[in-house]
Parts: sequence; C-alpha cells; structure tokens
Amino acid sequence: MMLASTLGPTPYLVLGAVLFTVGAVGLLVRRNPLVMFMCIELMLNATNLTFVTFARQLDDVGGQVIVFFVLVVAAAEVVIGLGIIVGILRRRPGATADDLRLMKG
Amino acid sequence: MVPIIVFVVAAAICVAGALGVVLNRNPVHSALSLVATLFGVAVLFIAQDAQFLAAVQVIVYAGAIVVLFLFVIMLLGVDRAENLESEPLTGQRPAALVAGLLIGGGLIAVLVASTITGKHSSGAKVDPAQANVNQIGRLLFTDHLWAFEITSVLLVIAVVGAVVLARRGAPGSGADAVDAGIPADDFGEPASPDTVPPNDVEETVR
Repeated sequence: MMLASTLGPTPYLVLGAVLFTVGAVGLLVRRNPLVMFMCIELMLNATNLTFVTFARQLDDVGGQVIVFFVLVVAAAEVVIGLGIIVGILRRRPGATADDLRLMKG
Repeated sequence: MVPIIVFVVAAAICVAGALGVVLNRNPVHSALSLVATLFGVAVLFIAQDAQFLAAVQVIVYAGAIVVLFLFVIMLLGVDRAENLESEPLTGQRPAALVAGLLIGGGLIAVLVASTITGKHSSGAKVDPAQANVNQIGRLLFTDHLWAFEITSVLLVIAVVGAVVLARRGAPGSGADAVDAGIPADDFGEPASPDTVPPNDVEETVR
C-alpha cells in the first residue's frame, strides 16, 4: 500500500513553485474573470502540493489536514466568486476585468 | 525508478495543463486544461501517500469545481475567444511576465539552495500501520475540531450567499429574471430564426 516515493522533496516543491508562478502570471495577464479564477485555483493547487510534500517530509499528518481545509475553503470561494461573476456578466455581457472599475454591477 | 517515472509524467501533465489554462484563448479549453492539472496533482498526492486527499481532489476539484466553471461558461455564453492582442494597460503584460519570472526564480532558487530544517512531528506522526483516512479523521476531530466546526459555518454562509446572489431584486415583485437582464424570449416561445440571441453575437472581448 505504501508507495513511498524515493524522490526527495525538492522536485515536488519546485513543481509547486512552477505551478504557482504560472497561476500568478495568468492571473496578471488574462482579463476574462473566469480564467482569472481558474488561475487562482492553480495557485491553490500549488500550495496544496507543497503542503502534502512537507507533510510527507516531516512525517506529519497535520499538513494533509490543512490541505483538506484548503479544499473546503476553495469550494466555498468558487461558489461565491462564480455567483458574483454571473451577476456581473448578466448585466454587462462580455465584461472583462478592465471594465469592472466600479463596485456597482 | 518507478517513482521517478510517475513524477515526471505527472509533472509534465501538470505543467502542460497549467500552461493550457493561461494560454488558451477559449475559456472552455482553459477549464479542460485545468482538469488535466488537477489530475496530475492528484497523482502526485498518491505518490506521496496522501490517498484520501487524492480522492477528494478528483471528486471536489475535477468533479465539482470545474463542472461549476463549465456550467457558468455555458450559462453566460462567454465561450468566445479572448482577444489577446489589444492591451488596455500599456506594458502590463511584460511587467507581469517579469514579475512572474522573479517570483518563480526566487522560489526555485530558495528551494534548490536550501535544506529543509523543519521539526519532525511529535503529535501527529504518520503511522504506516494505519490507513491514511483514519489518521486524517482522528486529527480532524481532535486537534482541528474548532477549525472543522468553523468550516461548517463557512459552508452555510457560502450557500446562503450563493442563493442571495442568484436571486437579487425585490422579493415578490417578480422582477428577478428581468432584473438579472435575461431577455424575455428565453422564457416564451422559441425565438424566430432572424432574431439572434444576444449570446451568439460574435464579438470578441475587447
């Protein structure tokens, strides 16, 4: 059952850093609010991967529990965020992040 | 040897999916690339003995969140390609790339150059004799019980907030749908062929 990886933690952490960077650049570059949201999910996944790597490295289940909480918070965040995006895009179809300068719909 | 192959394949899928999310101009393709990344991360979770999280990752992320994204894309009809040529904020994209290179380069440099000196666990040690789910469950309902309860409150707030966002407007006035800007044809008889629904208008996002 144990598939104990012989790989050290560094490759996983570097992959997490790369995923985080791609997500961050995407968040800055893209203007479609939905795609920006997906980039946030990418960054959350990168941190989750880092948490799991450290949990394995330090023999601590606590890291995996934190990832569980991150998953729950990400789900709640997506529900609310997509609700807001639907509300905005229904009133102003095709709005991009640049068009949304006001807090008003 | 096998772990290395697993890592390389999963990492390639992850990075390709992540690049796909950012580089695809069509949001639907971005969402499908996101699924690839999520599956790759799930494989890496299994490779690090986090079986429960891998299952939750596939069920919650790939099964629920991405489907929610796709529903919203289909509902709003925003599956047009984004025009990536125009640049409203001059110099934003090069600046973003430079910032990203700095973030990524800094993170990777720190990771490669340093050694992990964290303290090994004393209270929540991984017990190879026990199933992964048992350990997470025990920790969840002992050490992290308060956070667990707060999470349930958070989920209730999220559900209530989603309902409030979905139907705003005065209750009982029947103005919800009109207020939300849905064209009236969508509810009545099918639109005649010459009236193009607003969602199908081919316009690129400025």
